Amino acid sequence: MTNIVVLVKQVPDTYSERKLNESDHTLDRESADAVIDEINERAVEEALKIKEAGEGEVTVLCVGPDRATDAIRKALSMGADKAVHVSDEALQGSDMVATAKVIAGALGKVDGYDLVIAGNEASDGRGGAIPAMLAEILGVPQLTHARELSLEGTTLKVDRETEDGVTHLEANLPAVVSVTEKINEPRYPSFKGIMAAKKKPVETLTVADLGVDAGELGLSGAAATVLEAAPKPPRAAGERVEDDGDGGTKVVEYLAGQKLI
Amino acid sequence: MIDFRLDDEYEALRKTVHDFAQSEVKPVIGDFYIREEFPYEIVAKMGEMGLFGLPVAEEYGGMGGDYFALCLALEELARVDSSVAVTVEAGVSLGAMPIYRFGTEEQKRRWLPSLCTGEALGAFGLTEPGGGSDAGATKTRATVDGDGAEWVINGSKSFITNSGTDITGVVTVTAVTGTKPDGGKEISAILVPAGTPGFTVAPKYSKVGWNASDTHELAFDDCRVPVENLLGERGRGYAQFLRILDEGRVAIAALSVGLAQGCVDECLQYVGEREAFGNKIGAYQAIQFKIADMEARVHSARLAYYQAAAKMLRGEPFKKEAAIAKLASSNAAMDNARDATQIFGGYGFMNEFPVGRFYRDAKILEVGEGTSEVQRMLIARELGLK
Repeated sequence: MTNIVVLVKQVPDTYSERKLNESDHTLDRESADAVIDEINERAVEEALKIKEAGEGEVTVLCVGPDRATDAIRKALSMGADKAVHVSDEALQGSDMVATAKVIAGALGKVDGYDLVIAGNEASDGRGGAIPAMLAEILGVPQLTHARELSLEGTTLKVDRETEDGVTHLEANLPAVVSVTEKINEPRYPSFKGIMAAKKKPVETLTVADLGVDAGELGLSGAAATVLEAAPKPPRAAGERVEDDGDGGTKVVEYLAGQKLI
Repeated sequence: MIDFRLDDEYEALRKTVHDFAQSEVKPVIGDFYIREEFPYEIVAKMGEMGLFGLPVAEEYGGMGGDYFALCLALEELARVDSSVAVTVEAGVSLGAMPIYRFGTEEQKRRWLPSLCTGEALGAFGLTEPGGGSDAGATKTRATVDGDGAEWVINGSKSFITNSGTDITGVVTVTAVTGTKPDGGKEISAILVPAGTPGFTVAPKYSKVGWNASDTHELAFDDCRVPVENLLGERGRGYAQFLRILDEGRVAIAALSVGLAQGCVDECLQYVGEREAFGNKIGAYQAIQFKIADMEARVHSARLAYYQAAAKMLRGEPFKKEAAIAKLASSNAAMDNARDATQIFGGYGFMNEFPVGRFYRDAKILEVGEGTSEVQRMLIARELGLK
């Protein structure tokens, strides 16, 4: 029986216009539709595959405001068994270190975990450091950027893919994994799954339940302060390549320079 | 006061099917349509999602939902493509539902699990070459063989959706099985498994629309099936399929609303991009008024089918509401498809844009599962006009 915890985040839909609050430069959650981050659907899918291949239980862990329950329900309707939702006003504006501590605290409330699966990077903040920070706090191996994952007994094997190539990693459980877009194609929830999700248990926790120092949390506890923010400049004109007989080479050089090939 | 909001689980289903249709169907269906090819991969994915089992109880492999859940799914599918939507519509409301409603326990256990997962498709053979709306004109006959063990079926059926795919499992066929005491035809429904000797599927039709769906003429030539394949009561075939058709009208209404909404969706995007005489064409009132009319039609038609479905689910008579919903929504689909192709101008006539496909797909909505004339007839009858 493998106890798997999947980290799920609710983010503004990437199809809508995403904004920051003018006052404190945190995410303006009202300005865009809120959805479960797509990479988290892949993390849930991977957990469900492990569960379906053998025995296991999948717990969804979400840190976010009350309305993040929609993202949790989506994960539950896909087939996760239960959820833990950490929701507290004090968390608003927390940085990644604080968030990782909160997640680690919440994991302590889950009945023993063997494997934590996260997305490699959220589509809003795009920090991509939470999985590594979490593994560090927990003192367990981190296997990040997994494009393939297999579990044999308590041995976890991962193909880690980054710009530098593919690395084969192996570790014993418990461990933290983060997955990339290549890991799988997530399933669509069925109506049966949607109906069942309504009845699955969701435990709601506050910071006080976690044993985390509230002073480290929120905007005031963040190690960095955003002083100024400006909208992304409009897309600049593309780069022109004049073909003097070596156009192909120039294009390849450009693409290689951008690490696209 | 009436609350028109969808319950959470319906809304979650609608959104899921919306995402599926936009991501999995929209990018590829145009090519299937042009090649007139049945999209088996998409059907398999819809089966995995449980769309073919939406209104069927879990004990038979269904999703334990209801007919309204099916309607919402059909609307979101048809918003992107009608061929895919009608494959589900026919598979569920005409293929699985007659068995679910009128089948014996054994028939349900045999057929429903594979029909609900989309691994097999069901079809309903009612219409004949010489009679569509006039179901009493059924000529196909079924007689019990001398030793009483088999039905022997002879006749033909026209325009039967899902009847000739590689995964077609069973066709419910209506046939004359005798004479009623009043001298009228006794009509019964009989299950004919695909591949039964004497059951021939003609090559697919060349159609004006719904080109990625599967439609055939069927021939029965001394086709023998066990007597146990009678579906429901002997002589109740007529009454049974009337109930199925009433439900089906609400489903076709949902599908029509989807097409009409798809026209609005496509136009809103196009008029924000296309420029003429120095402005986006969406800035011109001539275009705005057209789109406003389109939106008004789809909105009204949607309310009509929601209400018909609500009465159906409450177990109240819904014949009039179903007919009104089907009439209004097929009108909306035709009108919106005409306006959408007009807004797109020359591009509306090109197969690479969805609105041209919507235009071709809209026509059948005024005909299939009861013509608009039949709907008017039903409405008038329900008003007491005889």
